[in-house]
Amino acid sequence: MSGVGELDDVWTVAGRTFSSRLIVGTGKYKDFAQNAAAVAASGAEIVTVAVRRVNISDPSQPVLMDYIDPKKITYLPNTAGCFTAEDAIRTLRLAREAGGWDLVKLEVLGEARTLYPNMRETLRATEVLANEGFLPMVYCADDPIAAQQLEEAGAVAIMPLGAPIGSGLGLQNRVTIRLIVEGAKVPVLVDAGVGTASDAAVAMELGCDGVLMNTAIAEAKDPVRMAGAMKLAVEAGREAYLAGRMAKRMYADPSSPLAGLI
Amino acid sequence: MTADHILSVRINGEQRRVAAGSTIAALVAEIGLDPARVAVERNLEIVPRSTLATVAVADGDSFEIVHFVGGG
Repeated sequence: MSGVGELDDVWTVAGRTFSSRLIVGTGKYKDFAQNAAAVAASGAEIVTVAVRRVNISDPSQPVLMDYIDPKKITYLPNTAGCFTAEDAIRTLRLAREAGGWDLVKLEVLGEARTLYPNMRETLRATEVLANEGFLPMVYCADDPIAAQQLEEAGAVAIMPLGAPIGSGLGLQNRVTIRLIVEGAKVPVLVDAGVGTASDAAVAMELGCDGVLMNTAIAEAKDPVRMAGAMKLAVEAGREAYLAGRMAKRMYADPSSPLAGLI
Repeated sequence: MTADHILSVRINGEQRRVAAGSTIAALVAEIGLDPARVAVERNLEIVPRSTLATVAVADGDSFEIVHFVGGG
């Protein structure tokens, strides 16, 4: 394809088009101001948010919406902390009522230690949500077959983990991520596991449509600067993917001509 | 107000007393919340935003009031 320019390299999920391929979380920041500055530096157009009880004892506390305007940035409600399909569905029904958004991030966790997804519950929740008119972007295992099943169940985006949530270990299995990208008809985003900029670039070089991250930015020593680094990494990885990398060789191949050596 | 005019409800796990005849919108406002930024579940059923001002609170109701917070 020719449209390598940044302006026309957009991506579309469930009919909505975005130019930034970086989705960022809004957890773990020092305060809302730092969070908002990091979102701005990242260039992200979508942020994930959690649904929680309001503090009825102190309702005057500042809230996320005071700092990140949902009219300018797309809120993607998540189901973090849900371990059953029922809990996740209940959470997203509330999210839809609170914000009116049907584009959601579904994650159904299997255990607290690894936060690895429970794919049976995830698949079940995907079916129910899709039938109720939700547009679920689904956090999942890096399993190409499970990814196909999610797509058949109504997932509008497949979001395999690169490594455990919050681990910062980077993509552990490039082969499975590539296989998911090759097989998917909906966008694929690596969700979880990115630790630093090169990890994000690797995901994009594999042909992913985007990357979702939270801890890699929020727990950097300078989160706002890291947000900017991630923006560049995602763009660089995307451009490298579109440019088409050179073939790998087993041995050296000189870049300077051999002819004319003195 | 006599005991007849006081209802006992649970809101986000906390016991609260409200005046009989209150609507859910009144309850939300009384707590000090902007109804446009929250969602309300009553006895495990979502209360559509459009009906918050018309549904009356009943004695023993259990409410969950949620909003969006930072998350990944």
